[in-house]
Amino acid sequence: MQGKCKVFLDIIVAALFSFLAFLPGAGAEEKPAEALKDNIPKFFAPKPPSSENFPCSKCHQFRATNKTKRKLHEYHTAVELKHAEEQRWCYDCHEGNKLRLQNGQLINFDKSYQLCGQCHGTIFRDWKAGLHGKRTGSWDGEKLYRLCVSCHDPHKPKYRPIEPKQQPLKPADIK
Amino acid sequence: MSKEIEKASVDRRTFMKGIAAGLAGAVLPGGIAEAFDWDAFLQKHFKEMTDEEIKKVIERLEREAAFDWKKKIHIAATKALPNVKFGYGLDLSRCIGCRKCVHACVEENNQSRTPQVQWITVLRFKKGEKWIDLENSEKYYNPKEVPEKDFFYMPVQCQQCENPPCVKVCPTKATWKEPDGIVVVDYNWCIGCRYCMAACPYGARRFNWAKPSIPTQDLNPETHYLGNRPRYKGVVEKCTFCIQRTRTGKYPACVEICPVGARKFGNLLDPQSEIRYLIENKRVFRLKEDLNTEPKFYYFFAT
Ligand code: HEC
Ligand code: HEC
Ligand code: HEC
Ligand code: HEC
Repeated sequence: MQGKCKVFLDIIVAALFSFLAFLPGAGAEEKPAEALKDNIPKFFAPKPPSSENFPCSKCHQFRATNKTKRKLHEYHTAVELKHAEEQRWCYDCHEGNKLRLQNGQLINFDKSYQLCGQCHGTIFRDWKAGLHGKRTGSWDGEKLYRLCVSCHDPHKPKYRPIEPKQQPLKPADIK
Repeated sequence: MSKEIEKASVDRRTFMKGIAAGLAGAVLPGGIAEAFDWDAFLQKHFKEMTDEEIKKVIERLEREAAFDWKKKIHIAATKALPNVKFGYGLDLSRCIGCRKCVHACVEENNQSRTPQVQWITVLRFKKGEKWIDLENSEKYYNPKEVPEKDFFYMPVQCQQCENPPCVKVCPTKATWKEPDGIVVVDYNWCIGCRYCMAACPYGARRFNWAKPSIPTQDLNPETHYLGNRPRYKGVVEKCTFCIQRTRTGKYPACVEICPVGARKFGNLLDPQSEIRYLIENKRVFRLKEDLNTEPKFYYFFAT
């Protein structure tokens, strides 16, 4: 048992030293991967929008646009902006039934990654290369990407904590 | 395990012992000899079998497995793809320690539920100064939610070394490195001496102290000879990068399940693969690099 623990600790020591060596500059060195740069993925795992809110126009055609920054009480009460909210508000990203890019261009909801990509360039590039976020399917063929919004609520993008799966049995619990 | 194999494998060992003691002729008493499965005993080394011989062995094993597990099991022997060397990446800045990989792996790869066998162990470390404190790294953490503030997580599994120490110590050559870089175990050749477990610097190998138990309905019937086919009591097993999936182009189960996309997988020989992209664009490190084991398992911090 002693020997085992020692081996185990050795791993960790080695791991930690490696961490230390690399932590400060982690990810700092990034070569442009030209081949991958405009390689927008083709296939996405569907992320169906809530039916009650689409199309937006079913209500908003009857409502005057209210650009005042405020807390919403009547509707969309679940939309809580915690995403660089000092600098912006809903209409920086929304217009009618579309999403709005900074240059005023309107895009469909299924292209929301373009919106995110405007401000999160490095992550966007990593995502296209399959590094940030997740893809499933074939390592050597077609892959399904997850949209940014499958993992991040655009309004409150910090990844939500989840419940962990069961821990391994402790030796003491083995009968 | 069917009666026959149980006897066969016991006898195989008794037989070996007998040879060692110079009593080869004496160890097969008449009664056992009748039930003795000569096919199992005389099975050649996997790498020395012809395709035809492999086919035959697999037919026998499928028969035995069906009997043993009350379920039709398919055992493939898909060969390594040409020009492929598998590599794995794990983004420690994303991993949230949810252990979904651990359990997906158990299910995909038919690991014993009781006694518990798990190929992946997720370690938890405290961030900052204190995570140097090794005694406080934890694999039994059990909070309501993960990630927890001030902690980070590091899953460890077989590192698929290019220079695997476990292979070198095996006295029966029951474990070896395949052309696509996967280190495999032949459960019919393993004699359970566990030298490989002692040799592995990553604690990645697991021993079947008892016959694995898996509820029939949970048994994954799609298996590979060198991977997730049902195991016997007394053999060693470990991660094979889901050989039954990856050799047919699929991602390993742990990659597919990871909710945060921390796990990356691909062909190291393909310059367009995500694994090459991450090695070339991120600062990667491997565990215990100083041992010259050359793992093909790359940890990194994407941020
Ligand atoms: C079921 C009706 C309904 C639908 C569908 C709906 N909204 Fe609204 N929306 C409202 C109401 C009511 C308010 C006013 C809330 C308040 O002032 O508290 C509102 C307010 C807003 C506001 C705040 C600014 C303003 O003009 O008041 C934005 C931005 C907004 N909605 C965007 C959307 C978008 C984008 C969609 C489609 C994805 C959508 N809404 C779909 C009813 C709706
Ligand atoms: C950072 C850009 C951004 C800002 C700012 C923003 N949104 Fe959104 N919003 C999005 C994106 C992107 C989606 C699409 C999410 C998806 O596809 O699941 C969305 C979706 C929605 C939806 C539909 C979601 C659903 O499934 O019901 C509503 C309603 C909405 N936003 C309202 C608002 C309101 C109200 C505000 C201001 C308080 C706001 N948004 C601010 C980017 C933004
Ligand atoms: C207009 C620029 C802009 C756009 C567009 C934008 N973000 Fe952000 N985002 C920021 C800024 C600035 C921060 C850092 C400040 C903060 O966390 O509030 C940030 C932070 C984040 C974070 C980290 C949050 C945390 O607390 O750790 C995530 C995740 C994120 N954004 C995801 C997204 C996604 C997904 C989209 C597309 C739906 C998106 N962002 C669109 C500017 C933007
Ligand atoms: C498979 C899930 C997933 C997808 C898809 C995904 N992310 Fe993330 N992202 C994460 C996780 C997990 C983190 C780390 C936890 C956190 O900080 O919230 C993260 C972190 C971030 C951060 C915080 C900065 C950092 O480096 O920690 C930003 C910004 C971000 N993501 C943007 C995006 C954008 C933009 C996209 C789409 C192009 C995207 N993400 C797609 C899971 C995902």
